[in-house]
Amino acid sequence: MAIDKTVTTFEEAVSDIPNGASIMIGGFGGQGGMPHRLMVALVAQGAGELTIIGNTAGIAAPTGFGWPEGETPIDHAILIENGQIAKVIASFPVSGSVSRPNAFELAFQRGEIELEVVPQGTLAERIRAGGAGIPAFYTPTAAGTDLGEGKETRVFDGRENVLELSMRADFALVRAHKADKVGNLIYSGTSRSFNMPMATAADVTIAEVDEIVEPGGIDAERVDTPSIYIDRIVARNSNA
Amino acid sequence: MSMPNDPAPRLEREILAMRVAKEFQDGDVVNLGIGIPTLCSDFVPPGVQLLYHSESGVLNCGPLAGEGNGDVDLINAGGQFLEPVPGMAFFDSAEAFAMIRGGHIDVTVLGSLQVSATGDMANWFLPSRGVGNVGGAMDLAVGAKRVIAAMEHNDRTGASKIVQECTYPLTSQGCMSLIVTDIAVFKVDERGLELIEMAPGWIPENISEVTDAKFEVANDVKEFELL
Repeated sequence: MAIDKTVTTFEEAVSDIPNGASIMIGGFGGQGGMPHRLMVALVAQGAGELTIIGNTAGIAAPTGFGWPEGETPIDHAILIENGQIAKVIASFPVSGSVSRPNAFELAFQRGEIELEVVPQGTLAERIRAGGAGIPAFYTPTAAGTDLGEGKETRVFDGRENVLELSMRADFALVRAHKADKVGNLIYSGTSRSFNMPMATAADVTIAEVDEIVEPGGIDAERVDTPSIYIDRIVARNSNA
Repeated sequence: MSMPNDPAPRLEREILAMRVAKEFQDGDVVNLGIGIPTLCSDFVPPGVQLLYHSESGVLNCGPLAGEGNGDVDLINAGGQFLEPVPGMAFFDSAEAFAMIRGGHIDVTVLGSLQVSATGDMANWFLPSRGVGNVGGAMDLAVGAKRVIAAMEHNDRTGASKIVQECTYPLTSQGCMSLIVTDIAVFKVDERGLELIEMAPGWIPENISEVTDAKFEVANDVKEFELL
């Protein structure tokens, strides 16, 4: 039988995410590359005590970061406001504006959510390494800072490096432009961001796409994420 | 922020950005942080062609998009929409930072909360807030060939942002090579800070009064050079 990873509805796509799961959420922080419909479905599904891994913890609402004017931001904040998140791993967790906190910062100040801040490049590389079977790597980033504290260090070429562990998750929610039914993905512009490394680093990767096409509908020379990493695809035009 | 004993006005953000932009060499790959650093792209000297890199995942990106022309799939690291231009390249976050750590960025300009006399930078965590955004700052600080701080000289409370030792959590040790503020320009190397330029109407003693860190004064110290 021909491979077809299509799932008909967003509800079905996230139905088996259990309480306590770790979930990578793709995107950079703005609307582009963010798996909104999957997050909305996850709010309805209701799984709790989740750990979410992302570049941000939902920063669009206070400042409009990467969001078209007049459109209401939908990001990680909806999961936080719904009380589903126990821990956040992010590089840019809070609003760029001190006076306009995001939902995460308010919950963090109330002591409801745990936070691990990771430098953005280290976060991307930990995830890339997680998908590539590299257990750990050395990087000069964060050496001599609070974020490097307690980590093994080693000097290469006269420079201190810290040992960073790779990262995987139970699920990855990613957003691409187009998928073929086999699960090959292509993205649009800066929406690649964390989607591409995250797609490789989860036990179950679910891709929200604008459109699903037949095999051959994506030029094999131009595939960004090969189908091997993708478990489910769901199209934004497939259901209400 | 101006202070009561200022001998002359402090420079506008645009002038500060103009001074930083003078540092760019033709062909440089440049990554600009959020805030004053972003303004630098408006003042690139004639004849200097730069290749802008943004960790949002785009190289050779163009200027900010006009009002209402935003494409959500074409943003800079500050979440601002960009104009599409010929010759752009897109890539994911792991590759964006491979470029940064791999030494492929010639110059990065970052805002900072504090810079120390030995070039340490603290720009990601304000203790009074208790939580901060590190973003790509630590990677840029260790990876770019040249790190320039563009910031106000004193914070809102009047405290010097150029300090003998950082009291805020560090972004990186000894990474800074130039500091441009609204009243002064300092060269930074292993020997410490050297005052090389001042805003019009300022003398080294005035700068010293509002600066926590010790610094040397260059023999040829002069007024801000903008051209």
